[in-house]
Amino acid sequence: MDKVLIIGGGIAGMEAAGQLLKLGYEPVIAEKEDHLGGHVAGWHKLFPDMMDASALIEQLASKLDGATVYLRTRVAYMNRLKDGYSVMLSNGTGLVCRAVLIASGFRLFDAAKKEEYGYGVYDHVITNSDLEAWFNGVEDFRVPENPRHIAFVHCVGSRDLKAGNPQCSKVCCMTAIKQAIEMKEKFPDAEIWCFYMDLRLFGKKYEDFYINAQRDHGIHFVRGRVSEVGEDIDGRVVLKAEDTLAGTQVKLKADLLVLMAGMLCNEDTATIASMVRAAVDSDGFMRSRDNIYRINESNRPGIFFAGACTGTKTVPETVAEARAAALDIHNYLSGND
Amino acid sequence: MIDFGFGLSRSSAVRLDEVDLSLYKRLEELEPQVRTCIGCGSCSATCTAGPWSGMSIRKVILNLQRGRDIEKMLSNCMLCGKCTMVCPRGINTRHLILSLCRIYEKK
Ligand SMILES: Cc1cc2nc3c(=O)[nH]c(=O)nc-3n(C[C@H](O)[C@H](O)[C@H](O)COP(=O)(O)OP(=O)(O)OC[C@H]3O[C@@H](n4cnc5c(N)ncnc54)[C@H](O)[C@@H]3O)c2cc1C
Ligand code: SF4
Ligand code: SF4
Ligand code: SF4
Repeated sequence: MDKVLIIGGGIAGMEAAGQLLKLGYEPVIAEKEDHLGGHVAGWHKLFPDMMDASALIEQLASKLDGATVYLRTRVAYMNRLKDGYSVMLSNGTGLVCRAVLIASGFRLFDAAKKEEYGYGVYDHVITNSDLEAWFNGVEDFRVPENPRHIAFVHCVGSRDLKAGNPQCSKVCCMTAIKQAIEMKEKFPDAEIWCFYMDLRLFGKKYEDFYINAQRDHGIHFVRGRVSEVGEDIDGRVVLKAEDTLAGTQVKLKADLLVLMAGMLCNEDTATIASMVRAAVDSDGFMRSRDNIYRINESNRPGIFFAGACTGTKTVPETVAEARAAALDIHNYLSGND
Repeated sequence: MIDFGFGLSRSSAVRLDEVDLSLYKRLEELEPQVRTCIGCGSCSATCTAGPWSGMSIRKVILNLQRGRDIEKMLSNCMLCGKCTMVCPRGINTRHLILSLCRIYEKK
């Protein structure tokens, strides 16, 4: 039976592997980390249903019986054969396969690069990803015990030419509102402030979160981008912004600042793409044949994509794409194209 | 005309189809980047002159886009360039102010 190499064992790689198994193929996952699940393995609850992220990963993992999974493994090289690819993995395993699925996902923007927000410098500045870890029980001394004011700053490293990324990361408005509600539930006495440029709540039931945040949780929304952050002598973070709807400069002394770091292309994208001479898009992500009908296809025969390696995606989008990719691969391998 | 006993005051609504955009169009020619402003307010939040003078690049741009005069506001700018450092759309706001000054000089 045909082997299919899957680069990346995030939710995209896992779901595709599960589907390929059902279709009768032998998926081989190469995952560079020591666990499957990718970024979602680090999240706590998933919008819009607030499903446990770990429950999703367990569900996906339960369908991998029979798949070969190599952890701490990357692709060392891939060569094009007449009909397929000869692959050498970093663990010394070699394989030949006619189809390869790239599911290498995204990379979180390094918030320390936006120096004006003081990540890694001030005591109480964390990212969306740090907060998910804290929800999961990871100790974090930057989260104070009794915060009176908590601020969320949207678009950190997204929609920002100076940070090198003009694109919107699309999931972080929703993440901010989700996390704001969760924080309000943990700290009912705290005032919570979201600083945004535009609110992008585009998905099924997403607007409900916005309405709940306003109506049931009294979360404050300030339409202005924070221009700089300082720290006062008590260690509180001091945010400066313009409230553009009121047309006035505003300041906020907060006990915790959460930065909505954006989604960028994975740093391995260019390397993987060059091995098989697949194209990289102008946004740094993998380039699909088109962005409407052939998102799963690359410009090279037998090379397919699924998930956030082609752009920012939500979990349901990623999982749907992974299934579609499995079917595309099946059609390709069985000559149904 | 029937006299209802009260007058209608002129509406303060801006008639977008009637505003004079000539100043803004001249600015667009000199500073094409201005079109990409998203009104985020980073420039005005960081402006050194803002707190005491009300200076705001965001307002300057928006007012021009709505056909309003902004000459008075311009004179508050100290050309320090802080606003240019924070603009997420990479608009050279300091240069934009210089171009506006040139436009007003010629007017
Ligand atoms: C803070 C935050 C919260 C979010 N919360 C939600 C939510 O609640 N609901 C929702 O719908 N979406 C959410 N998302 C989006 C969600 O994280 C993505 O949709 C999802 O992670 C995409 O999965 P993926 O498998 O494509 O990529 P990833 O999760 O990035 O997985 C890619 C995998 O590939 C591996 N890999 C990368 N390069 C290589 C290589 N060269 N060799 C081998 N392996 C490699 C990585 O180690 C990783 O395991 C959130 C995103 C962020 C940033
Ligand atoms: S989703 Fe919201 S926070 Fe994220 S980049 Fe887009 S506008 Fe900014
Ligand atoms: S910082 Fe740039 S994009 Fe934002 S309001 Fe000012 S000029 Fe416009
Ligand atoms: S250059 Fe002018 S508008 Fe810009 S920050 Fe300085 S004083 Fe304010």
